[in-house]
Amino acid sequence: MDVGQRLPTQTFRVTRADLVRYAGASGDFNPIHWSERTARAVGLPGVIAHGMFTMALAGRAVTTWAGAPDAVIDFGVRFTRPVPVPDDDGGTEVEVSAVVKAVNGERVELDLTATCQGQKVLAQARAVVRQHPVGRSA
Amino acid sequence: MPLNRSYVGRTFPPTGPYLVGREKIREFAGAIGAGDPVYHDPAAARAAGHPDVVAPPTFPVVATMGAGAQLRDDPELGMDYSRVVHGDQRFAYTRPVVAGDELICALTVEEITERGGHEFITTRAELTTPAGEPVVTVWNKLVVRGEQ
Repeated sequence: MDVGQRLPTQTFRVTRADLVRYAGASGDFNPIHWSERTARAVGLPGVIAHGMFTMALAGRAVTTWAGAPDAVIDFGVRFTRPVPVPDDDGGTEVEVSAVVKAVNGERVELDLTATCQGQKVLAQARAVVRQHPVGRSA
Repeated sequence: MPLNRSYVGRTFPPTGPYLVGREKIREFAGAIGAGDPVYHDPAAARAAGHPDVVAPPTFPVVATMGAGAQLRDDPELGMDYSRVVHGDQRFAYTRPVVAGDELICALTVEEITERGGHEFITTRAELTTPAGEPVVTVWNKLVVRGEQ
């Protein structure tokens, strides 16, 4: 990876079923992620994805760009807007893009952005990954 | 009720150990659609130099849930959880988390600030082995929305 390089955007589909599964897997049972009634009562447009679920999708993008699932050294995001997830078969989509900010030997710093319906949902998002030496099996 | 500023710098009693399970890692990886074999197959993980399956990058949040409850349930801190929105999250890894790890979580309140009628509380959770070896540090900033 080279400084300034734009990495290929990755797109992830998110459905209500994903939120149920993630709630169970993470232990986050906040009802704004599964109850339309509760989400609207606190002023949200409807059920929204867990912020940490969106961050997990960005994490998948980072490991894909890094070429290894265990290469992440540092990873941080700011949650800027919620990700509403409609109760239908299509769900919504989150796009994750990145620019290579710095390369220091094996350490590569990425500036990440995640959008949904054209709006930025993750900002000030950064990851540092360890580029694997040549010859390591994928 | 505003957040209690005297909590800045306070470290809560450690929670855990949280035993990282192979099946939990598989479940989490499946839930986020992460299909890489090192998250699911111990043989693949060992071939990649790990003792057992590797947890995806955001998995450590699961080991900080007890610490989150310490914040939420402390009546003297004054956090109204119904007004809380997740602001920031960051992980810094000494090494990947793997199945079999036992993680102790020590939570420290780093900062409490106010701006525009909202309050912000930043915490740092140190996840270590029971012997005290660092594994992951997790920072979390919560926004406590002001009254509308």
